[in-house]
Amino acid sequence: MDVWHFTEMPYPHLPPIETLNSMRVTLPSRHYDPKVGADLYNRYLDEYMIADDLGFHHMVNEHHQTATCLDVAAPLSAAILARQTRKGRICILGNPVANRGDPLRIAEEMAMIDCISRGRLDVGFVRGVPYEIFAANTNPTQTVERLWEGIDLAVKAWTSHDEPFNFEGRFTRRRLVNLWPRPYQSPHPPVWITGSSDFDSIKKAAGSGYVFATFLQPHEKVRALFDAYRSAYLDQGLPGGGGTAFMPLVFTGETEEAAEAGARELIWYMTAKTEPQFRNPPGYVPVELNVKALRGAFSGRTDAMRAMGLEFQREQGVVMYGTPDQVAKQVRRFYDRVGGFDHLLVMQQAGFLDHARTVRSMTLFAKEVLPQIRNLARTRPNNAKGAAE
Amino acid sequence: MKVSGLELEVERRGRGQPLLVLYGEEALELEAPVLTELAKDYELIIPSPPGFGTSERPDWIESPDDIAYIYLDLIESLGLREVPAIGFSFGGWLALEMATKDDSFCSKLVLADPYGVKIGGPADRDIQDPWNVHPQKAAELKWFDPEKGKRDFGAMQERELTVVARNNESFARFCWDPCLHNPKLKRRLHRVRVPTLFVWGEHDGIVTPDYGKAFSRMIPQAKFAIVKQAGHYPHLEQPNEFLTLVQGFLV
Repeated sequence: MDVWHFTEMPYPHLPPIETLNSMRVTLPSRHYDPKVGADLYNRYLDEYMIADDLGFHHMVNEHHQTATCLDVAAPLSAAILARQTRKGRICILGNPVANRGDPLRIAEEMAMIDCISRGRLDVGFVRGVPYEIFAANTNPTQTVERLWEGIDLAVKAWTSHDEPFNFEGRFTRRRLVNLWPRPYQSPHPPVWITGSSDFDSIKKAAGSGYVFATFLQPHEKVRALFDAYRSAYLDQGLPGGGGTAFMPLVFTGETEEAAEAGARELIWYMTAKTEPQFRNPPGYVPVELNVKALRGAFSGRTDAMRAMGLEFQREQGVVMYGTPDQVAKQVRRFYDRVGGFDHLLVMQQAGFLDHARTVRSMTLFAKEVLPQIRNLARTRPNNAKGAAE
Repeated sequence: MKVSGLELEVERRGRGQPLLVLYGEEALELEAPVLTELAKDYELIIPSPPGFGTSERPDWIESPDDIAYIYLDLIESLGLREVPAIGFSFGGWLALEMATKDDSFCSKLVLADPYGVKIGGPADRDIQDPWNVHPQKAAELKWFDPEKGKRDFGAMQERELTVVARNNESFARFCWDPCLHNPKLKRRLHRVRVPTLFVWGEHDGIVTPDYGKAFSRMIPQAKFAIVKQAGHYPHLEQPNEFLTLVQGFLV
């Protein structure tokens, strides 16, 4: 099992939450102090450097117009890590190709980072969470189509080396595609996608050999998603799955009490306040779910989990915390419950969790949890023959 | 019925001369007294746009401009010419998209608080964005009396809720960006030569009466009338006053 350190680079120093309408989309930037922000950026990057020394891989992401995430350009933070770290792989999870558009610019940037890091890059593509629709002004009813056209074009650009090609698609049109540089890894860096319910995308990911990742979901849901992924590559035979990944919030403490206190700080992330119109733009989820929403039984996918409390979230595997042995046990339990998985993405910093405690938790994890889970078997078959078995 | 290769829901209601009814994004008109009254004098022809009601929505249809061509095909296959048409909100925009392409389908046009054009500069918000504001605020913008906009979704059947959810989704598909307008439309409005009446709710917070007046001036000889104590849906908030205006115009 590979373990990847992650922070969303939050800016938690806001006025009392009850005085704000939303921490996302509409929060005025007068609440952002650039000097505090400068310290935070550098601190979070320092933590990635420490993670590198501790034996973690690195995951970065991006969001826009939100205090929950100061990383507004994952390629920038990944490029810094490509130059400053030496060991861990670097996963962008991911490039919001549906919202950003211009998949070829993304392909170029990824190729450059892959070269600077000498082949340590994993390239994720994401459809983007509902709030992102508003910052990008993307039509919420066709993000899946934009996502896949973008991925397919980026991969074609990475793997075409002999002459320019023509691409006149629905969302991108270029008549002389000829990527420089080409990626360091051949045929291209591993591709990841994320999802929480779109089984067509999961099948397509499995059939293409892309890693499938899901975040902060209860174990039964994760099992269903991972089963869909595994059965899809078995059904399709080729080229074998790229693997599966899961992200919980993780805090490792010397004592259970200390760990619980840390976990309570981490779940700041799940309580981030957002106005209802930003949680579920029309067409982002299928009509069936919006029928439930009209009945008041659905208000966005993270809402239900948010309301249930820490003990429930721990039982579900959404938040893993405790002493190192307890955390290792929770990881192994989750691994068994979901039929195994390949990548554990540990969100070890969120909200107000300060540098010293973040590093202490990371260190305990690296020294005492990692050795207990590192050898959990990978679930992916390496080739069609493996898949068939 | 099958039109331009896709299945469209077309309701016909009432007796008399045909009257084309293009309903708005929320389809609130369909059960309202305003249509019941009109059906006493006219045969109402009420198509559902692609993705609304039970009409099919093929993936290639992306804008009111696309829908207008399909509706012109529909009118042709129904053998209609020079019939009066009435369009509410989004339906009014569709009526104008059709009329700028070929206004021979209609004899007169009634438009209730339509969107469709942008008048100001890049930083002006001519059309309040119903998706970017809190649902409560959106209700206040739409209604003189927001209580009238409340709907009891809990009491609706699955089938009705599916229509509501599809309508919401399709409205966003067609109107999200550019937000509730077609940048080309105002350059084409001179092609609308039929008598046209704009009816506007005095308290419409989505598109104000000033927007409506400026919009109406883009069509030669168009008339403009205000309905008091009404918001974006004057035909629902003040049906009697609305009907008086419309019947006077259509006679």
